[in-house]
Amino acid sequence: MITEQLIWMIFILPLISFLICSLIIRQLFNNRSIFAGYVAILLIGLSFLISVLAFYEVIINHKQITTAPIEWLTIGQFTLSIGLLLDPLTIVMLTVVTGVSLMVQVYSLGYMKSSGQDSNNSEDPVELGQPVLARYFSYMSLFTASMLGLILASNIIQLFIFWELVGLCSYLLIGFWFHKPSAANAAKKAFLVTRLGDFGFLLGIMYLFSHQHLFPSDSNPLDIITINTYVPLLVNTGLISLTAITLISLGIFFGAMGKSGQFPLHTWLPDAMEGPTPVSALIHAATMVAAGVFLVARFFPIFEISEFTMTTVSLIGAITAIFAATMGLVSNDIKRVLAYSTVSQLGYMMLALGSGAYGAAIFHLFTHAFFKALLFLGSGSVNHSTGTFDMRFMGGLRKVMPITYVTFLIGGLSLAGIPPFSGFWSKDEILLNVFNHSANLNSDGQIWLSLISSITFALALVAVFMTAFYMFRALFMTFEGKFNGGSDQDPNAHAHGPVHLAESPKVMTIPMIILASVSILIGFFINPPFKIFGIDKHWLVETLQHGIVSLHTDFNITLAVISSIIAISGIALAALMYLKIPLINTQTTLISPNFVSKIFKPINTLFSRKYYFDELYEDLIVSSIFYKKIAKFLSWFDQNVVDFLINSIGWSTRNIGAPIKQMHNGQIQMYATITSLGILVITFFIVFGT
Amino acid sequence: MVDQFNWILTIAIFFPIIGGISLLLIPQKEYIKIFAILFGTIEFILCSYIFLFQFTNGIGGPVLVDLNSTWFPTNIFNVQYYLGVDGISAPFVLLTGLLGLISIFASWNLSNDHRIREHFMWLLILQGAVVGVFTSLDFFMFFIFWELELIPMYFLISIWGSGRKHYSAMKFVIFTILGSAFMLVGVLGIYFSTDSFNMIELPEKLATAKLIIPASVLFLLTIIGFAVKLPVFPLHTWLPDAHTDAPTAASVMLAGVLLKMGGYGMLRVSASMFPNELHQFAWILALLGTINIIYGAVITIRQTDLKRLIAYSSVSHMGFVLLGLSAASGAGVSIGITGASMQMFTHGTITGLLFLSIGFIYDRTHTRYIPDLSGLAQNTPFLATGLIIAGLASLGLPATSGFIAEITIFLGAFQTWPIFTTISAFGVVLTAGYVLWMIQRSLFQHKLEKFNTLTDASIGEMFPIIVLVISIIGIGIFPSIISDMFSLGLQPIISNLQAIN
Repeated sequence: MITEQLIWMIFILPLISFLICSLIIRQLFNNRSIFAGYVAILLIGLSFLISVLAFYEVIINHKQITTAPIEWLTIGQFTLSIGLLLDPLTIVMLTVVTGVSLMVQVYSLGYMKSSGQDSNNSEDPVELGQPVLARYFSYMSLFTASMLGLILASNIIQLFIFWELVGLCSYLLIGFWFHKPSAANAAKKAFLVTRLGDFGFLLGIMYLFSHQHLFPSDSNPLDIITINTYVPLLVNTGLISLTAITLISLGIFFGAMGKSGQFPLHTWLPDAMEGPTPVSALIHAATMVAAGVFLVARFFPIFEISEFTMTTVSLIGAITAIFAATMGLVSNDIKRVLAYSTVSQLGYMMLALGSGAYGAAIFHLFTHAFFKALLFLGSGSVNHSTGTFDMRFMGGLRKVMPITYVTFLIGGLSLAGIPPFSGFWSKDEILLNVFNHSANLNSDGQIWLSLISSITFALALVAVFMTAFYMFRALFMTFEGKFNGGSDQDPNAHAHGPVHLAESPKVMTIPMIILASVSILIGFFINPPFKIFGIDKHWLVETLQHGIVSLHTDFNITLAVISSIIAISGIALAALMYLKIPLINTQTTLISPNFVSKIFKPINTLFSRKYYFDELYEDLIVSSIFYKKIAKFLSWFDQNVVDFLINSIGWSTRNIGAPIKQMHNGQIQMYATITSLGILVITFFIVFGT
Repeated sequence: MVDQFNWILTIAIFFPIIGGISLLLIPQKEYIKIFAILFGTIEFILCSYIFLFQFTNGIGGPVLVDLNSTWFPTNIFNVQYYLGVDGISAPFVLLTGLLGLISIFASWNLSNDHRIREHFMWLLILQGAVVGVFTSLDFFMFFIFWELELIPMYFLISIWGSGRKHYSAMKFVIFTILGSAFMLVGVLGIYFSTDSFNMIELPEKLATAKLIIPASVLFLLTIIGFAVKLPVFPLHTWLPDAHTDAPTAASVMLAGVLLKMGGYGMLRVSASMFPNELHQFAWILALLGTINIIYGAVITIRQTDLKRLIAYSSVSHMGFVLLGLSAASGAGVSIGITGASMQMFTHGTITGLLFLSIGFIYDRTHTRYIPDLSGLAQNTPFLATGLIIAGLASLGLPATSGFIAEITIFLGAFQTWPIFTTISAFGVVLTAGYVLWMIQRSLFQHKLEKFNTLTDASIGEMFPIIVLVISIIGIGIFPSIISDMFSLGLQPIISNLQAIN
C-alpha cells in the first residue's frame, strides 16, 4: 500500500504548493491571494495523510519499504545521490512536521488575513491584508518541503542541502515584514548565527569525507546508513582515530547548536520572534529548531563513540536548559518567554542525547512540538485581540477569550511537566535517564564523568522549577487580574494591531483545540509506563531506539513525584507573585514582583539584558573588533600598501622615463652631440680596447 | 592531424566582430539596439549549438574542429589556424554567448545620444575575441585573442564608465599586458622547446622535450598572466577599480567572462601542460586561494559602493578556483578541479546577475552608495528579487549553482589541504555576512521618500534577469548539465595528475 513514490510525495506536495503559490498565484492572481492558503492547506493536508499512513504501515505494521537512491551528481569515482532514509525516527518526525504544519497553516488563514497583524505598515496598502498571503504561504510551503526533505535525506550532503534551505526559509519568514528594521536585522542575525554553526557542520562533513578511502569500495561514503554502520567498525579497528571522530562529531554538533539555539549560539532565537507568530510556532518552536536535535540523533552511532563529545553535548544541553530559563523568568514579551522556553527545552533534548537517552530525546521533541506550537498560537490569538505582545498591558483575558485560555493552560501545564499532560511523560523520561546515566557512570568507576552527569541532572531539576514558574507567570499576567489596556497603553505597540477584545475566529481556535487535545493525552498513550490497551510499555521510546541503543528504563514513581512537586512549587510561587487570590487579598499579590526584582536587582538586570551576549557578539566582537579593527585595517592595507606598491612600479617607470625624455627634445644639435660622443667612445675602445 | 573545416567556430568568433563593425553603417540610431540584440541572439544561438553539440557528441578530444595547418605562409613559424571545443571550453563558450546577450540587454537604458553605435560595436567585438580565447587550440592564436580582448574593454570602460574611468581603464590594460608579457616569454619558451603551438599536442611533447628553460620557470611565467586575470592576490587591485568604474554591460562581461579566461588558462595550460609543476606548487595555490577567499571577503564587508562590493566579492570567489586547483596534489583531484571549473561557470552567471540588477537599480536611483539606499524591495520588487536570488547564490545556498561548486571544491581540497580548507570554509560565514548586510541595508528597512517615484523593471530588463535566474537555479538543481561535460573534458588532466600521485 505504501510505496517509495508515495513517500516522495510527502516531500513533493508542499514543494508543488510552493511553486503554485509563488509562480502562479503571486504573479497572476495576487489580489485573490487567499487561494494560496487553500492550495497550501490542501497539499500539506494530503502530505499529512500520507505521513500518517506511513506511520501506520512502517511503525505499527513493520512494513519494509525498499528505496533506491538516485544519482544526482557524478564526478569520476565520486557520486552524490539523493534518496530516502526510512527509519522510525524519520517517520515520527514526518508526522510531527506535517501535522503541526497543517495546524499552523489553517490558523494562519485567520491570523494573517486580519489586515496585517504584526505590521506597522499602515502607509503601504500593498502590504496590508490579502496580497501578502501568497508570499506568506509560498514561504511556508517551501519551508515545509525543505524540512521534510531534511528529515527524509539518506545522504549527508542531501541533508546539508535541506538544512541550509530551512535556514533560508527561516530567514525569509523572520524578515517577512522586511520594512521593519528590527525584522530585517533579526532575519540577518538568525541566518548568520546558524551559518556559523553550519561552518562547523561543513567541516565535520569534509573531515569525515577525507576518510572515504577506508570505506568498502561498493559503498557510498556519504550515505548516512553507511556512515553509521562503518564508522564505529573503522574506529574499533583503529583505522579512524578517536580524535578524528571526536572532531567530526563536534563539528556536526556545532551545526546542531546553531540551528537549535544552544548556548552560546542561542542569541538569534529570541530575536527571531520578529516573524509573524504562526511562523514562530512552526519554525522556531516545533520543527526547524528541533532539527539540531534530529541531526544529533541521526548520527547518534558516531556521537556515541566519543565520550568527550557525549559529555560536551550533555553539558551544553544542561547549561542551555537553565541559562535560557533564567532569561525567561524576567521577560515581559509573551513570545520571548516562549522563545526562551523553546531554547531551554531543546537543551533538555540535547542533555538526553548526551546522556545516551536517544528515545527520550525524540519523545520530548515529539510532545514539545505540539504543546509549544499550541502555546505560540495562543500568544498569537492573544495578540490578535489586544494588539500587543507585552504582558504588562494584558491581563483579564480569561473571560474574554475562554478557548484561548483553556488551550493555553493545557499547553502551560504540559510544558511545566504536570501529570498527566504530555510534557510530563517525556520530561520525566529524560530526567530519569540522566539520573540513571550518572549512576551507571559512577558504578563503572568513572567518577568525573559521573560528577558532570550529576551536575547536569541538578541543573535540569532547577530548570523544571523555573519552567513552571515562568510559564505560569506568563499565564497569570496574560489571563488573570484586570485588563491593562493592550496596545492603547503600550508605548511600543504602534507596531501591532488595534485593541478589539474578543475570542479569535474559529479558523484560529480549532487548530488550537486540536493541538490541545493532542497535548493532553498523547504523551501517556504513545509511551505508557505500563502495557495498556494493547500498547506496549514504553512503546515509542523502544521503537525509536530499536537497533540503535539498547537502553531500557522503567518508570520511576519517586522521581516522577519529586519532579511534579518541583513543578507545582514553581507554579505556586508564580501564583503568589502574580495572582490576586480572591479569598486572601484582592488588592495586591502576596509577594510583590517589584519587591523581588528590587532585592535581586543585579541578577534581574543580568537576566533581562540577556547576560550581555548581544553586546558581546554584536558590539564588541563583530563591530568593534572585526569591523572597526580587522576589516578596516585590511581595507586600508589593500588600498595603501598592495595597490600603492603596484602603482609605484608604474610611477617609477614613468619617472625613470622623465630624464631620458629630456634628451629627446628635437634639437639636432643635441642629437649630434650625443652621436659624436658615441663615436668617440667607440673609437676609444677600438683604439685602446685590445 | 587532418585539416578540416566545420566553420561553426570560425563563424562564432567573427560573426559578432563583423556584426559589431557593421553597426557603424546603420544610419538610424533607433535601430542600433534592435540590431545589437539580433546579433547577440544569433551569437547566443551559435554558442548554444556549440555547447549542445559537445553535450551530445562529446568525446575526449576537441570537436567542431577548424584546422588549417598551413595557415602561416612559411614554415619558419609553426602556427596553425586551429579551433575546437572540448569539455573544458564548451561551457565557457556557452557562458560567453549567454552573458554577451545579457550585456547587450544590460545597456537597455543607454541613451541613443551616448555614442550608442560604438558601444554595441565594442561589446560585440569583445564577445568575438573572448570566444576566440576559449576556442583557440593554437597557443599563438590564443595569445592574439587574449590581447585582442583588451581593446574593446579599454574603450568600454574609458568612454561609458563612471568615476575615475580613465585611470581604471588604463590600470586594467597595463596590469593585463604586464601579465601577458610574462606569458609571452613562457609561450616562446614552450615553442622553442617543442617547435609546436598546438595546445592539444603540447602536453605530450612537453613531457618528453628537452626544455630550453626549466619547466618550473615556464610554468610560473605562464601562470602569472592567468593570475593577473583571475585575479590572484596581490595582483588583484585592478579589479575593484575596473569593475566599479565600468558601465554595467562591461562589468557583466568583465566579471562574468573575462576573469574566467584566467582560470581557463590555468586549466588549459598550467594543469594540462605542467602537471608535475602544478603538483609541486599546489601548496602555493592553496595558500593564495585561502588568502583570496578570506582577505577578499573581509575587505568586501567594508565596501559601501554596491559595485565595488561585488567586485571584491569576485576576488573572494575566484579564490575558490585556486583552492579547487590546489586539490591537484591529493586524492581529491577530480572533485577539486571539476569543482573549480564549475565555480568559474557559476560565478559567471551569479556575478552577471548581481551586476545586472545593481546596474538597473543604479539607472533609477543614480547612486550606488549603500547608506543612501533603503527599502528598495518595496519600490522595485522585481529588481530586488533578482538581487536577492543572486546574493543567495553568491553565498552558496543549496539549490543554486553556487552551492554545488563550493561543496565539491571543499570536499576535494580538504583531503590534501585540511588547514587551508578549514580557514577557507570560514569564508562561507563572511560571504553570508556581506551579502545579507548589503541586502538588509539597500533593499529592506524603511523605504525612502525620494524613491517613491521609481518604477520596477521593464520587460527588456526582466528578460535577462529571468534568464540568469533560470540558469542559476537550473544548474543548482541539475548540476550534471555542466559537471558531466567538465569531468569529460578534464579527464586527461585528472588522469595525468592521478598518475603523479
